[in-house]
Amino acid sequence: MRVALFLTCVNDTLYPDTGRAVLKLLNRLGVEVDFPMAQTCCGQAHYNTGYRHQAEPLARHYSDVFGEYDAIVTPSGSCAAMVRELYPRLGERAAAEGRGDELSRVLAPVIPKTYELTEFLVDVLGVVDVGAYYPHKVTYHPTCHGLRSLGLGDRPRRLLEAVKGLELVELPGAEECCGFGGTFAVKNPDVSAAMGLDKVLGAESTGAGRLCAADNSCLMHLGGTMSRLRTEIKPVHIAEILASTEDDTEGDAT
Amino acid sequence: MSGTFVGMPAFPAAAHGAVADRTLRANLRHATHTIRDKRARAVTELDDWAELREAGKQIKDHTLRHLDTYLVQLEEAVVRAGGTVHWAVDADEANSLVTRLVQETGEREVVKVKSMATQEIGLNEALEEAGIRAYETDLAELIVQLGKDRPSHILVPAIHRNRGEIRDIFEHEMASWGRPAPEALADSPAELAEAARLHLREKFLRAKVGISGANFMVAETGTLVILESEGNGRMCLTLPETLISVVGIEKIVPTWRDLEVFLQTLPRSSTAERMNPYTSTWTGTSDSDGPRTFHLVLLDNGRTDTLADEVGRQALRCIRCSACLNVCPVYERAGGHAYGSVYPGPIGAILSPQLRGMGSEIDRSLPYASSLCGACYEVCPVAIDIPEVLVHLRERVAEGGEVVRNGARITVRPAKGHAAERAAMRATAWAFGRPGILRTGQRLASRTRRLHPRKLPGPGKAWGASRDLPEVPQESFRDWWARTDGGKGEVK
Ligand code: SF4
Repeated sequence: MRVALFLTCVNDTLYPDTGRAVLKLLNRLGVEVDFPMAQTCCGQAHYNTGYRHQAEPLARHYSDVFGEYDAIVTPSGSCAAMVRELYPRLGERAAAEGRGDELSRVLAPVIPKTYELTEFLVDVLGVVDVGAYYPHKVTYHPTCHGLRSLGLGDRPRRLLEAVKGLELVELPGAEECCGFGGTFAVKNPDVSAAMGLDKVLGAESTGAGRLCAADNSCLMHLGGTMSRLRTEIKPVHIAEILASTEDDTEGDAT
Repeated sequence: MSGTFVGMPAFPAAAHGAVADRTLRANLRHATHTIRDKRARAVTELDDWAELREAGKQIKDHTLRHLDTYLVQLEEAVVRAGGTVHWAVDADEANSLVTRLVQETGEREVVKVKSMATQEIGLNEALEEAGIRAYETDLAELIVQLGKDRPSHILVPAIHRNRGEIRDIFEHEMASWGRPAPEALADSPAELAEAARLHLREKFLRAKVGISGANFMVAETGTLVILESEGNGRMCLTLPETLISVVGIEKIVPTWRDLEVFLQTLPRSSTAERMNPYTSTWTGTSDSDGPRTFHLVLLDNGRTDTLADEVGRQALRCIRCSACLNVCPVYERAGGHAYGSVYPGPIGAILSPQLRGMGSEIDRSLPYASSLCGACYEVCPVAIDIPEVLVHLRERVAEGGEVVRNGARITVRPAKGHAAERAAMRATAWAFGRPGILRTGQRLASRTRRLHPRKLPGPGKAWGASRDLPEVPQESFRDWWARTDGGKGEVK
């Protein structure tokens, strides 16, 4: 099986540690992962802000870069949802504009092969216990696109529960949006910040030391709020938890 | 739509105050969370909820596709049953029609059943101008009317008020509208309801004209249907001599059998009840009972234009249950008024810009009043994909395109004020087509990382007012991958 990592533009630029974590985790599970250097962005921000036509060439590019692989793994619920849920829609809209099914045909191969990380682990590799060790009290925020578009269900939770040393605590109002929403965060800053604050306070109230999610965009918003409030609790991507083992000496043992 | 909303500022500005108003946020949080949880329980009770939802969607889609046929069928049936049917293309036409119909009765006052359509057209204000007083008889509507306030929720227009505020409104305002509030009124729900009951009863008994909307119109028999909880609707529909119903043309269902689906999904979605306390149906007039004269005003007011939009038309499936408002995290914090329309919340954000067109600032900002979290779509009993329509309308704002306005196909230009964003989107789309450019940009960011502030000036302030920016790492992933040959060059 030829597996490609689609890291996403945000992670590539701002969260390389998440990329290294995915790599380390999948290698440990015996999966060779390629990182095609031509990869860039799935086009989600363009699409969701109303620039569907600007998102089209990015979707084509994605299809170009990843079409040859058997599986494309991404540590982002929202980018996986862009490919799986919205690439078909790009094709449909193009057809409705009288451009036939050309775009649909170009995008079709990559759509079913794109997996969010926890889906790939549980559904494709069939593992729940990834052999991780993470001695922290953790609370989990299911991000909206993972929860409602992809239907990740209890996959992330099952993976976390199998991590040695990890104590998983319930996040109150877990299924409520954190308020990031891409450009929503800057177009409606007051509401976005209020939602973020409520999420952070909810996470803090659990007494957990880490707030975990499967999407760094949401964690960027929540982490930015935490840093401003100087909370004890810190954001962490699920890949980084699942990659950790007893050998890790990266000081992540508060 | 209602004159009270004209000249609203754009959504973010309107929401600013609401977010800071702690009483308002507490009221909304309490109310929406309570009903949210109850709805979830009421829905899980039904094993066939998914099928009911799909059936509701299909019935509505079918009806909308053949709306012309069903409207004519409905008209014929209503006329056969002794009613009169009027067609109103917009709010002005509907308002002058209703005003004339009331004037012909010689009456100066009317009682009203809670109705979104009459609020949409601003009927009360239009009647007021003609010297006719309209009395709202739904409890929450009464609170809004007495408080000279605006509705902030579809089902519970006074959701933004708490008991203490309601008590004060009753005490100060009831007297100038009719029977005053009882002495030493307490703020218990029972006492408040009793005060409203006494105040309203004299209006029911006196009124000669009733005005309503309808939840459904059954085309095969010409029957109108209203679901309600308080019984005030039943009074308004049966006691007056003349009944005038103003109903949006999309409220049709073909047959009584179709009604079965919605009589299950609407109460559970809106009040979390298995069945609502009062379901009234009426077909034209009858000699022995009820109103002697019945007028049905069929309202378009932007609906046919909305129907012309392939993606946007699904908004017309809406049965106004308000479930989407109750689960919406944005509505919960921004409050209903920020949406600048009688239709607040997620449904308002897709309905108002379509019904009114995108001529105003508020209507152009509404499609962005969402984080696209999808909670609304999940609960909607007719499966309106609200996020899909929001994004579609954003495209209309950002890129312009073809729309139908007043029945004519026109091309709208991209909205002003989005030039910088458009340029940024174009530039990033261009750069993302060229991985080399992305890499150069990342390196530049990494090299200057020490210089990056954690707050930004200018437009970036919107982010930085409450959140720090993430630190830019020393090296992007792709540079690390290239340098270490996919991590192999690194000691693991
Ligand atoms: S959009 Fe759906 S959930 Fe919202 S009010 Fe209409 S029917 Fe109810």
